[in-house]
Amino acid sequence: MYKIVEADFLAPDVKRFIIDAPKIARKRKPGQFVIVRVTDHGERVPLTIADSDIENGTITIIVQGIGKSTKQLNSLEKGQFIQDVVGPLGKASHIENFGTAVSIGGGVGTAIAFPTAKALKEAGNYTISIIGARSKNLVILENEMKAITDEVHVTTDDGSYGYHGFVTDKLKEIIGSGKKIDLVLAIGPIPMMRAIAEVTRPFGIKTIVSLNPVMVDGTGMCGGCRATVDNKTVFVCVDGPEFDAHQVDFETLIKRNRTYNVAEKEALNHICHYDAAFDSLKLQEAEGK
Amino acid sequence: MAELSKKDRMKIPRQAMPEQEPGIRNANFKEVNLGFTEELAVMEAMRCLQCPKPVCVEGCPVGVKIKDFISLVAERDFAGAAAKIKEDNVLPAVCGRVCPQEEQCEMKCVVGNKNAPVAIGRLERFVADYEREQIGLRIPECKPKTGKKVAIIGSGPAGLSCAADLIQTGHDVTVFEALHELGGVLVYGIPEFRLPKEIVRVEVEALQKLGVEFKTNAVIGFTDSIDELLSTEGFDAVFIAVGAGLPYFLNIPGENLNGIYSANEFLTRVNLMKAYRFPEYDTPVFDCKDKNVAVFGGGNTAMDAVRTAKRLGAKSASIVYRRSEKELPARAEEIHHAKEEGVHFEFLNNPLEFLGDENGWLHGVKLQKMELGEPDASGRRRPIAVQGSEYIMDINMAVIAIGNGSNPILRQTTPGLDFNKWGNILVDPDTMKTSKKGVFAGGDIVTGGATVILAMGAGRTAAKAINEYLANPEV
Repeated sequence: MYKIVEADFLAPDVKRFIIDAPKIARKRKPGQFVIVRVTDHGERVPLTIADSDIENGTITIIVQGIGKSTKQLNSLEKGQFIQDVVGPLGKASHIENFGTAVSIGGGVGTAIAFPTAKALKEAGNYTISIIGARSKNLVILENEMKAITDEVHVTTDDGSYGYHGFVTDKLKEIIGSGKKIDLVLAIGPIPMMRAIAEVTRPFGIKTIVSLNPVMVDGTGMCGGCRATVDNKTVFVCVDGPEFDAHQVDFETLIKRNRTYNVAEKEALNHICHYDAAFDSLKLQEAEGK
Repeated sequence: MAELSKKDRMKIPRQAMPEQEPGIRNANFKEVNLGFTEELAVMEAMRCLQCPKPVCVEGCPVGVKIKDFISLVAERDFAGAAAKIKEDNVLPAVCGRVCPQEEQCEMKCVVGNKNAPVAIGRLERFVADYEREQIGLRIPECKPKTGKKVAIIGSGPAGLSCAADLIQTGHDVTVFEALHELGGVLVYGIPEFRLPKEIVRVEVEALQKLGVEFKTNAVIGFTDSIDELLSTEGFDAVFIAVGAGLPYFLNIPGENLNGIYSANEFLTRVNLMKAYRFPEYDTPVFDCKDKNVAVFGGGNTAMDAVRTAKRLGAKSASIVYRRSEKELPARAEEIHHAKEEGVHFEFLNNPLEFLGDENGWLHGVKLQKMELGEPDASGRRRPIAVQGSEYIMDINMAVIAIGNGSNPILRQTTPGLDFNKWGNILVDPDTMKTSKKGVFAGGDIVTGGATVILAMGAGRTAAKAINEYLANPEV
């Protein structure tokens, strides 16, 4: 069992957890993820490690409540426990001084881009970040990004805050301004990552995306997370999760991620067990486990 | 036992294993074989000729004293029989179920020269179940503590058998498991209907009572490296028993369509994550109900997958295999059970391409007929494509069960550890020593995909070598 040290909502349905996991805190590198199982009936959900604190032995994950498991996770509070947290998994981001690096986060993708953006800054890059959201209340980590990057741009689809438009529009503007861009890191919904890849492709700008397929074990054992990159099959958990955006077959990734859409709905409707599992967690907490 | 003559013993027929009716069991996940009753076990035990030189033992990778334990069964000393088996095999309830006895001990059995061999596996299972259910697992004595610490990576059959031997010789043992449950392939791979998970749980619990420490959610290579285990974590030796763990795919077009699984993924979802009880458990799996399912491959894992699909309600569940029935690598019992349960076999068919709809869902596979030519390197007749024989088989789900390569995590994170070109760890076959000091390896990560009992044998060999190494690390 892994204790939740802090839990707070950053935006509607988006919650930040600080979890007691000293080993993972010490070992993790930017770009790596953990697999979380909320209850003993739970599924294994991969979540990127947003940050860590070696001294306090904690890791940070930022979770958007979409399916049953993530909603269940987001209902947990400080002091409660998560059944299983395993990691760090996956390959770390490739970090070097590229020159100028643009980190783009769409929605909760900003949380995934954050640790790599931070590492790129520490490696000496001039760092620009673009935070995209549908609306002002969904913008996350603006202050955190300001603290670790040289320029921060916020875009909202509805114009309620910052630049009115998509992250792609902002990126085009930056490229159009004549600034030499050496690396683009784009993390967010698949259509966003695909659109970014098309923006940078004509300019030959190296572009990295972090993929988010369905996983089970997260250690290469099942092959459920396979994606097509450069016309070859890769296992995202051990070969990634970061890949060259210009070589990723996003179409297949979108389709594969829909595999369990029907089951997801059924799971969300299966309320009785949801409550029972949640009660058992509270019970364990009460018993001080 | 003495009063029966050899002739009398030879007259007793091999006792049949009671099992669930095929038409009932193919719709549930309960165990197929029900196990011998005491009467059946004693009767079967009396078929053993108690040979002065028991050749059956030569067929056992861990050297169980078969003749002695069967003699105790015949005398109705079932507890004694259990203790006798445990001298050499820490997981008899598992081995009695999943060992290919027909190729091992039972193949050597002298009775088998004329009649059906003594059902050694069924007797082993009976004895182990008797101990667990009637008297509780015996906790053997451990030697005084040596103060040495051994790390075992992987809680599958190789890791568990090594742990059992080392803890009894007085070493401290910690087993690291990447998943959230203990047992490795015994819990994620082999289905409930062949090996109830409760059995594995009890066996693991017995090791815990002996003092073995288990750490789940520990992916060695990431959570700790092997070098860290040997330095900061204070272990004196490491045994790598991580299994194969990287599924092969067919590498044909359309393989990333929705509805195509590796056997590992399909079985892990159903067994470990309990998708057969979705939505009570959260993990889903492809809804097989009234669908056509094809499993590609012919080994035990393929049989497990196809029988699982059948139990999940598949309209048709088929094995597609490129050679003929004779070359099927699966155990005869598994093939027999699959047939009884209504599994179809499409022999001499080779998949060329998976076909899908515009939403990325599988709806068919293009197959090519094969015929058998001259024997190849494996000694089996090589399948040759029949030109112009391509046709489409309508399927909604496919499982690829053609074996496993080696997992890359340790290879990428362990300097000084030597691997062969397939990614298997190189070891001295007598001692399981790797190229790295204090590090031993065994099981599927060394041999490639093999059996539970061979992995257990490797675990025991390694335990012996580790024990010697710890007594004198500089030799």
